[in-house]
Amino acid sequence: MKRLVVIAAALAFSLALIATLLELPAATIDLRPAVAENLAASGVAHPVTAVLLNYRGYDTLLEIAVLLLALFGILALGLERQVCTLRAAERPLQLLARLASPLMVVVAVYLLWAGAWRPGGAFQAGAVLAAAAVLLHLTELLPGWLQPSARLRWGLAGGFLLFLGVATAMLARGALLEYPPAHAGALILLIEAGLTFSLGLILAGLFLFMTCDEGGD
Amino acid sequence: MSLALGFDLLLASALLWSAWRALTTVRLDHAVVVFIVFGLLMALAWARLQAPDIGLAEAAIGAGLSGALLLDAYGALRRREAERKAP
Repeated sequence: MKRLVVIAAALAFSLALIATLLELPAATIDLRPAVAENLAASGVAHPVTAVLLNYRGYDTLLEIAVLLLALFGILALGLERQVCTLRAAERPLQLLARLASPLMVVVAVYLLWAGAWRPGGAFQAGAVLAAAAVLLHLTELLPGWLQPSARLRWGLAGGFLLFLGVATAMLARGALLEYPPAHAGALILLIEAGLTFSLGLILAGLFLFMTCDEGGD
Repeated sequence: MSLALGFDLLLASALLWSAWRALTTVRLDHAVVVFIVFGLLMALAWARLQAPDIGLAEAAIGAGLSGALLLDAYGALRRREAERKAP
């Protein structure tokens, strides 16, 4: 009996939610014309990339900062200090990973480059880089990371620092993150290249810092 | 048009089904695999909604990296359990 009441209440709630959603008024602010109008001055030809790195560059700056903070959180929790013993994975698997990972690096660079005029961009390219690292780790070709070395730390933070550096350099000209239209394309590519590299390391780090607890089984 | 509609309906029902299975399956390994399937279907759905950017990110991060992390976590859990039983 009680169950029936709960189900009926949940159903009624869902129906009310759906009814509300259907009655929502159409969005009164339409930003698409504004994006299309200023696309020529943004430095890129793909509207999504223009929004992410030019019009709303601030959001992307904070996004990479949040990802970096997440990684700091993992590092602060403490890693298991054990030397990872690599078990020899199967040969065909290792061969396939060796063949696939250079291709994945090429795909990442392509995604980064293509982001200027079609779907792609730093986040996707970084994810592909990280996936290559995870693949190499799973086939025992790349050991897990025990401690971030100084070089790795610079690599992890580099993308964010580069972005922040460019953003503050723009302060001299007027506003934070306001690129001069003539150099916007080059600046966005520079920022995206740094972001791709650091994002690849950060996302791979989320995996490789954590998986060092295999004492061999 | 009707073919596209049929595909969309199939995709939507497969999404709901995989989401439900990922939450309710008793075996963890099955749940992880179904979660990865859900991520890939979600990427397809984003592509169908004319948002290929989000589709790319979903496929790479949602299905790929989170799936690998979950599988690794499952492996670690199983190893720990075996260690607890062994000694």
